[in-house]
Amino acid sequence: MFYREAGQFKSSYKEDQAIFPILQDRVGIAAILLFAYIAIPFVMSDYLIGAIMTPFLILALAAIGLNILTGYAGQISLGTGAFMAVGAFSAYKFATFSIMLGGAEATLPLVVTILLAGVVTAIVGIMFGIPSLRIKGFYLAVATLAAQFFIEWLLVKVGWFTNYSPSGVITAPPLVILGFEFNTPAEKYLFTLTFVAAMALLAKNLVRSHIGRGWMAIRDMDIAAEIIGFRPLQTKLSAFAVSSFFCGVAGALWAFVHLGTVEPEAFGINRSFAILFMVIIGGMGSILGSFIGAAFITLLPIFLNNVPPLIGWNIGVDMIAHLEFMIFGVLIIFFLIVEPHGLARLWTIGKEKLRSWPFPY
Amino acid sequence: MSLKKFVLGVVGAAVLAAPFTTAAPAMAEDTLYLPKLVYRTGPFAPGGIPTANGAADYWAMINERDGGVGGARVIHEECEFGYNTDRGVECYERTKGNHNGALIYQPYSTGVTYALADRTRTDKIPLMTMGYGRADAGIGTAFPWVFPLMTNYWGQGTGIMKYIAKQEGGLDSVKDKTIALVYLDIAYGKESLPIFRTMSEKFGFKLKEYPVTFPGIEQKATWLQVRRARPDYIVMWGWGAMNASAIKEAANIRFDMSKFIGNWWAGAEQDTIPAGAAAEGYKSATFANAGFDYPVIKDIMKHVYKGDADAASEKNIGQVLYNRSVLTQVFIHAGILKAQEKFGVKAINGEQLRWGLENIKMDAAMNEKMGIGGMGPEISPTCADHVGGGGFFIQQWKDGKFEVVSDVLTPMDDLVLPAMQEAADKYLKDKGLEPVSCN
Repeated sequence: MFYREAGQFKSSYKEDQAIFPILQDRVGIAAILLFAYIAIPFVMSDYLIGAIMTPFLILALAAIGLNILTGYAGQISLGTGAFMAVGAFSAYKFATFSIMLGGAEATLPLVVTILLAGVVTAIVGIMFGIPSLRIKGFYLAVATLAAQFFIEWLLVKVGWFTNYSPSGVITAPPLVILGFEFNTPAEKYLFTLTFVAAMALLAKNLVRSHIGRGWMAIRDMDIAAEIIGFRPLQTKLSAFAVSSFFCGVAGALWAFVHLGTVEPEAFGINRSFAILFMVIIGGMGSILGSFIGAAFITLLPIFLNNVPPLIGWNIGVDMIAHLEFMIFGVLIIFFLIVEPHGLARLWTIGKEKLRSWPFPY
Repeated sequence: MSLKKFVLGVVGAAVLAAPFTTAAPAMAEDTLYLPKLVYRTGPFAPGGIPTANGAADYWAMINERDGGVGGARVIHEECEFGYNTDRGVECYERTKGNHNGALIYQPYSTGVTYALADRTRTDKIPLMTMGYGRADAGIGTAFPWVFPLMTNYWGQGTGIMKYIAKQEGGLDSVKDKTIALVYLDIAYGKESLPIFRTMSEKFGFKLKEYPVTFPGIEQKATWLQVRRARPDYIVMWGWGAMNASAIKEAANIRFDMSKFIGNWWAGAEQDTIPAGAAAEGYKSATFANAGFDYPVIKDIMKHVYKGDADAASEKNIGQVLYNRSVLTQVFIHAGILKAQEKFGVKAINGEQLRWGLENIKMDAAMNEKMGIGGMGPEISPTCADHVGGGGFFIQQWKDGKFEVVSDVLTPMDDLVLPAMQEAADKYLKDKGLEPVSCN
């Protein structure tokens, strides 16, 4: 009853191929965007916006990146953290390069800096994607693991990447676009949200296009895909490029918008695993799943950490941290058992139910 | 889905969202809110637990003994971040607005210090990084809200060098000696490199660098190289699990332990006790002496533990890191008193505390008054100088406890200050900031 598309007629291919062909979906997504753009910055506290929503959005973007590679193209990667690091450090190099040319005023616009960082990451991603033409599955995961360690080591080892900072920590320049400085948590959040929304839309359109179908064909059976005319070289490398581009932008945002400073260890192997878990728990091959997975992995631990003091349960902070790990672990196992296809699948099932409601069939 | 389930779902969602909302501040008595970022879990918990306990016990003692600071009760609250920079930032954002605003933060983590340097500037909250964090933060005009106090890593490097020179009979004698620098290969460890390279050029000793991969539990390969290089001295920039392994490995290659000197994060009971007999004779820097013979430690024993020595020693009382944390709190305490006196309010804010910390004079008399006579150095920071002089000691592990074996060591300011100024200028330029005025 709530979710019935009966009576919504499509009279052109354009209408039929829209991202959200059903009115309810369009209304829903508009409501979510309105909520994210207007309600959150005005209603929520700085803590929620700055310490929870902004990192959540950035990690969701990284999860979309990995989802393109792992969920859509079927190539497992454990190098996401390293690709984020490449994004962060190349954005820093681009930004400080212009500072070296003249004063603190960045000559390269901020948005261009971040996008260029994404392009550099895409090139690095293609390089590390080359082994995927020969090896598959777990062996590929090990090859990308090498990327993770190699890049982390390189950024620590070569002083040029950090402009010879003694500790290897980079300090991001101020966020200024056309003279407007993004300073408060709400402004930074809106900046991130715009990036993430635009890139999520791009990802959604990419996976519905010829390119995305190629990725899925390769994922489902590479030999069959080759026979029907997809070239494995271009298809796999384009997946690596697009995925790395997303991760690179996420890394640049993490360094520039969220922390304002970053050390290579911030993008270590733990970060790579966390993003892989976001994809697995959220749902492989689903843009929505990337957001749900990021929410699960980033918000739930903080939520669990906040509960005991709130209900007046006075136990030590170390005990709270241990409880947090235990409950979080149990929940991961629980969701993997009841919903092995990821949390995004729950939404698909929910839509089916809503469609037939109040009838059970 | 039935309507009932839907309603239940909405209620459930509301309950789930509730913990994210911040509680309304209670306005009644004058309080001082001192949140503390701690890591009682994770790879660095052995160092995190004593530092957390020291702070918690000190403020509990102050509330018990004096009823707070200057009549305002101290609210000390911990937030666990497990040495994870993201969670540290989250903890900061979560606590900074509670109880009318946080007065000061002390993260005991280099990564979090870097991340908070910008945020505390915007929020006008001092950041106490005593003995760690950014080496260039001692320049108060560039980092008005960061207080490294004592000396920084670069100052410490030069101080250790002075000690080595003294052992060898003067700075001229270190020429042609070989010094091995074993450091943890993360931001913290790398901070030591520039100053040792500079000193190597200046004093003519041969510097060998040995990075130890994080977290530093496996070091066999590194120490084989060290053995081959036959250094005259080994200096270690370690933290956490790395230290005990390094001490054991050094004993394995039969290195003279009295020539193995750790920095002040590589010299605590948590490092030497696991190494067992191998640690005998090991030296390290320290700026807060271990032991129980200080009035402030005795007061904690009396007021917090009611003389129960077993319970107290379980909480690391009297250990190096515990006493160091207590010493840090004493300086904050002094800063609060100074600010209360100047501004005439009991519940001061972060800005007033900054003024207080910039004007404390911790000379021998003041140290005595605060109960830390002989426990740490004398310091007097100013608005432009957030280090405030000070120095440190070399301690040696003998028969199961640390003993101070040197006089006060001070940094070589002619080497350290220009390097700090240069790094601070670069920071200001990168950030497009103007230095603050100190007039």
